[in-house]
Amino acid sequence: MSVDKATVARIAALARIRLGEDEVAALEPELNKILAWVELLGEVDVSGIEPMTNGAPGVLVLREDVVDADPLTGGGKRDAVLANAPAAAHGFFGVPKVIE
Amino acid sequence: MSDLTELGVTAIRDGVAAGDFSAREVAQAFNAAIAAAQPALNAFITPTPDHALAAAERIDADRAAGRPLGRLAGVPIGMKDLFCTQGVRTTAASHILGHFVPPYESTVSGRLWDAGAGMLGKLNLDEFAMGSSNETSAFGKVISPWRRGHNQDPAPIAPGGSSGGSSAAVAARLCPAATGTDTGGSIRQPAAFTGIAGIKPGYGRCSRWGIVAFASSLDQAGAMARDVRDCAVLLEAMAGHDPKDATSLDAPVPGWTAALDADLSGCTIGIPREYRMDGMDAEVAKSWELGIAWLKDAGARVIDISLPHTHYALPAYYIIAPAEASSNLARYDGVRYGLRDLPEGAGLQDMYAATRAAGFGAEVRRRIMIGTYVLSAGFYDAYFTRAQKLRTLIARDFTQAFASCDAILAPTTPTAAFALGEKSDDPLAMYLNDVFSVPASLAGLPAMSVPAGLNGEGLPLGLQVIGRPLDEQGVLNAALAIEQRAGFVARPARWWA
Repeated sequence: MSVDKATVARIAALARIRLGEDEVAALEPELNKILAWVELLGEVDVSGIEPMTNGAPGVLVLREDVVDADPLTGGGKRDAVLANAPAAAHGFFGVPKVIE
Repeated sequence: MSDLTELGVTAIRDGVAAGDFSAREVAQAFNAAIAAAQPALNAFITPTPDHALAAAERIDADRAAGRPLGRLAGVPIGMKDLFCTQGVRTTAASHILGHFVPPYESTVSGRLWDAGAGMLGKLNLDEFAMGSSNETSAFGKVISPWRRGHNQDPAPIAPGGSSGGSSAAVAARLCPAATGTDTGGSIRQPAAFTGIAGIKPGYGRCSRWGIVAFASSLDQAGAMARDVRDCAVLLEAMAGHDPKDATSLDAPVPGWTAALDADLSGCTIGIPREYRMDGMDAEVAKSWELGIAWLKDAGARVIDISLPHTHYALPAYYIIAPAEASSNLARYDGVRYGLRDLPEGAGLQDMYAATRAAGFGAEVRRRIMIGTYVLSAGFYDAYFTRAQKLRTLIARDFTQAFASCDAILAPTTPTAAFALGEKSDDPLAMYLNDVFSVPASLAGLPAMSVPAGLNGEGLPLGLQVIGRPLDEQGVLNAALAIEQRAGFVARPARWWA
């Protein structure tokens, strides 16, 4: 499978990355070269094979649902959480107006 | 005391404990070496001399008061700038995190400070650990201390990547050891390129909590140092179960250092025939042969093995890793932390797109794009699920091989270090550098690179040992046997300061 410029632009829109026309044009052959290479995987019969989804076998565990389980990152950290926000105000993250 | 920067982790710890020198003197010596080398090598994004001094002073006070000292007491180390450090800027070498100051400490770095280590600085890397040459960093390239022509040719050489700041700094004696992370080879390849040792433990050994995520099913922290023993000492302090990482391995950390043993009697080493590729670099092939002879000399039996799906490991990796990256990096939205680019009159969606365009470099964008494509409707099964099934087959190859051998020996990289700029215009050529390191990453196995010698141009070559699940000890022991026989004492000429 290969991608054309319209597809590259669509992927960029899905990925929320603004690209200029020149950047789309530059990415088209790069992505196609990589996609042509990974086509190699089509050679292998994978019927009946389960996908490996994690780096090690094991049961994923759930942590206890308690606030403040960790004193550094538990609950009540509003100001610390907001400290790195580009636009925090009144104890909230600030974003441009969403509803007209 | 002669130059303290010549000492490794064990020697510094023991010397501080014995009172041969103070921890403060050690920190000062490395701080000075870093300040002198930084303009030429650019190994650090953020040097933190005060952090190193403060930690050293605490150790000196503890010793004076007769309090017990940790296993890394007085040892200043370099921290890859992918580990969140409380109150110290953590960038992932990306413009998008250029001013991010974590309010918390990663589990691994926290464990190291608890063991008595201090931080000399945050080390440069490829942006979000995506690269094999450290050329994708938003904070400039790292220059390897090594040069071609037996240190005579001034053309800048790649320190490898993504842990290129770590490898350059350890090789240049700017720190006795450093942390790294390895997703497809990012500890082993830079270690091989710079003539140092580096171990990626099995997946789950080190907590990923507080490490900036790249590909979560592959990311694993590890240790980089000048020798195998120092790697073991550092890794012991880094590893261990962490309830805050759901994939953290709930198993005790063995005493790897105490059990180091280069006698390989009764041990069988497998040589994978699929790694003998057409057109293989003659000097790499020769160092592999030397490695086989060294392991036999250490008492091991050496047999040929087959890993039949090796050929598919790289393309599977370059689907899985970008797919996971595109998902992980969705968090950089210009809202909660990091860069925000808000064009005049822009709405929320435009802000996301502008922020991510301004914040991510070319390689990161490329991988997010590939990942987004292979996860998109209509392509998910054809690409992503198929790659995950190949991953199953690649892991199964190893399981079957380990029925007849205890560890595997292979080169770490297909060539010695390349020059900066040599591969940066061709993403695919850069990806192919991971050919020998990616299979063990996909299978989640422990693997280590150890220096084997120099090539004809005077650049280091590394050998890689891959072990069974949970058998870091077997990896360390085989690497130690190689280290003792390789007698690698070469070092870069100190041209940078």
